Amino acid sequence: MSEYMIQVENLGKRYRLHRVQGARQYVALRDVIAERFNKLFQRVHSESRDVGHFWALRHLSFDIQQGESVAIIGRNGAGKSTLLKLLSRITEPTAGRIRLKGRVASLLEAGTGFHAELTGRENIYLNGAILGMTNSEMDRKFDAIVDFSGVEKFIDTPVKHFSSGMQVRLAFAVAAHLEPEILVVDEVLAVGDAAFQKKCMGKMQDITTEGRTVLFVSHDLAAVEKLCGRAILLDAGSSKADGPTAQTIERYQSSILDCASMDLTTRNDRHGEGLVRFTRIQMIDENGREQNVCLSGKSLRIRLHYQASDTKPLVNCRVSVSVNSWGKVYFLASTELYIDTPLTLAPSGFIDCIVDTLPLSLGTYYLSPYFEMNGITQDWIEAASILQVEDGNFYGTGKDYPKGWEGKTVLVKHRWEVASEKILTRR
Amino acid sequence: MDELVIEAGRIERQYWKDLWRYKELFYFLAWRDLLVRYKQTVIGVAWALIRPLLTMMVFTVVFGKLAKLPSEGSAPYSLLVFAAMLPWQFFATSLTEASNSLISNVNLVSKVYFPRLIIPASSIITSFVDFLISFAILIAIISWYHFWPDWRIVLLPVFVILAMGAAMGTGLWLCALNVEYRDFRYVVPFIVQFGMYVSPVGFSSSVVPQRWRFLYSLNPMVGVIDGFRWALLRGRVKFYWPGLLASIALTVLLCLTGFWYFRKMERTFADVI
Repeated sequence: MSEYMIQVENLGKRYRLHRVQGARQYVALRDVIAERFNKLFQRVHSESRDVGHFWALRHLSFDIQQGESVAIIGRNGAGKSTLLKLLSRITEPTAGRIRLKGRVASLLEAGTGFHAELTGRENIYLNGAILGMTNSEMDRKFDAIVDFSGVEKFIDTPVKHFSSGMQVRLAFAVAAHLEPEILVVDEVLAVGDAAFQKKCMGKMQDITTEGRTVLFVSHDLAAVEKLCGRAILLDAGSSKADGPTAQTIERYQSSILDCASMDLTTRNDRHGEGLVRFTRIQMIDENGREQNVCLSGKSLRIRLHYQASDTKPLVNCRVSVSVNSWGKVYFLASTELYIDTPLTLAPSGFIDCIVDTLPLSLGTYYLSPYFEMNGITQDWIEAASILQVEDGNFYGTGKDYPKGWEGKTVLVKHRWEVASEKILTRR
Repeated sequence: MDELVIEAGRIERQYWKDLWRYKELFYFLAWRDLLVRYKQTVIGVAWALIRPLLTMMVFTVVFGKLAKLPSEGSAPYSLLVFAAMLPWQFFATSLTEASNSLISNVNLVSKVYFPRLIIPASSIITSFVDFLISFAILIAIISWYHFWPDWRIVLLPVFVILAMGAAMGTGLWLCALNVEYRDFRYVVPFIVQFGMYVSPVGFSSSVVPQRWRFLYSLNPMVGVIDGFRWALLRGRVKFYWPGLLASIALTVLLCLTGFWYFRKMERTFADVI
């Protein structure tokens, strides 16, 4: 039996689905009494309020050793936050068990328990107490926390006067100074400006080198690769991959791409009202021919086919499409950037988005189209289609993109100038 | 570090250890609520003094002078009322605060782990602070009437603890019920209002006919209020001992069942809140 820090065995969490009672989203005693009353008198098996269950997690098992830093990745709705809630004992499992061999501190949200009326100093103590630090611990670390957050000048003003960036920095500073055996972090690193983010990453790295066990949930795959040696891929509540980070990320990417190559009409993991639906996406080159592979620097026409359920023309539309990969958005193309007057479209057909010089380097990307009518989202599909890009000489110099950077950035034309001789030779 | 197992339905022996480890949180949450309350208002601290004083004055005028409800023994009516107002206000505020405590701390319940019992318990601490402030007023009134209490005052803490127990037990029940059935918060003010007229606040419990006395004492606050009056007013108020026992028994029952129900529902709080 190896020295594990966290052992998850066959874990499952099931949630009830409620039918929404008219306008109310929660259970009212009034309704329960009325229902019981009816059952008693009518002897009719009245319709249960439950419309069913769904398993947020099912048959999940893994072990984490001491000192490992493991990332949990997966699409939205895969069960990552539920797993963290179970590990943090915020909610109870429905099946299976978790064995923990250390104190767990979780950071699921920055600034939990912060109160606007209290000063920064008071909030540090309050937040620390909520996260499980003792009074003496906080006295000891107070200065380090204030220093990390960078709000020293304002530490005695009420937090309601802080900017949102300052609040978040303060909250993270408190949490960063917890010293638990197991640290569980949910997406909170995606806050603050670049300088602060760098500080946070640095702190996280320190924590891992100190030998603490870290569990990190994030959509920022670059951060994940940097911080964690191992990653677990969750999909629909169970583990689809578990191993070295780079490998798991690849599995993740390919599963998204598998999804993206599916016929759009069969996709049902879409958001929106559904009065209009995208049916197909085509990639067309400058000669009007459909292509599977696009070239950087060349013209690309993205044809979005759609179908409305009605035969009326579609008024006040807004269509956009984003190009994503590596958990990040590369760029967003939207009708609202170019079209002034409200856009009216035919109930079925297509709309084209033309990019004259495709600013993407060699790599695999995916497209996420979005359709909105009168301010209400009608259809939004993440990773609806794959965009495969090959080198098309964007810069016109014929040179290759720097190694290791392909597929990770947007391409921007630029120039270089060298300082005059005079300045170079001055000592 | 010994192993902790998280499993469905597992009895948490760990819970008591956790309550001890998070003991500072009791204090911090109460401190936060008090601090916030007084920072937000102009008359903040003054309100803790004004409210019991005003209620006592109204009761004295309406029930004492207008309705001419008899005072017990030779104790001045206003003292009689105040001695009852004190524990009653404590009970009523504790109950209202405790029943809403989980709902108003929804972000804590859904994002952080700590034994949830701390939330209603700390709201009772906040009400206790109000109680202490009102107690200071009581002392002022006592010195005004020169009606200093005798040896019986030594037993006052017993009744204070009884009041706390009653508040805690009922508070836990209402708190847990409020999370599950959100319309319970409309029931609470009604219970408090009703309770105030049923409990011997504006009158002495000797007004109640003898044959109903025992049944009447099943209201735990009857025992508390009678006890307070007995301890503070030199025993001029005749004491009904079987009533006290009934109140104690019921308070203990309330606490135990309240705690059981709260623990039972606690594991679903984060899911339904």
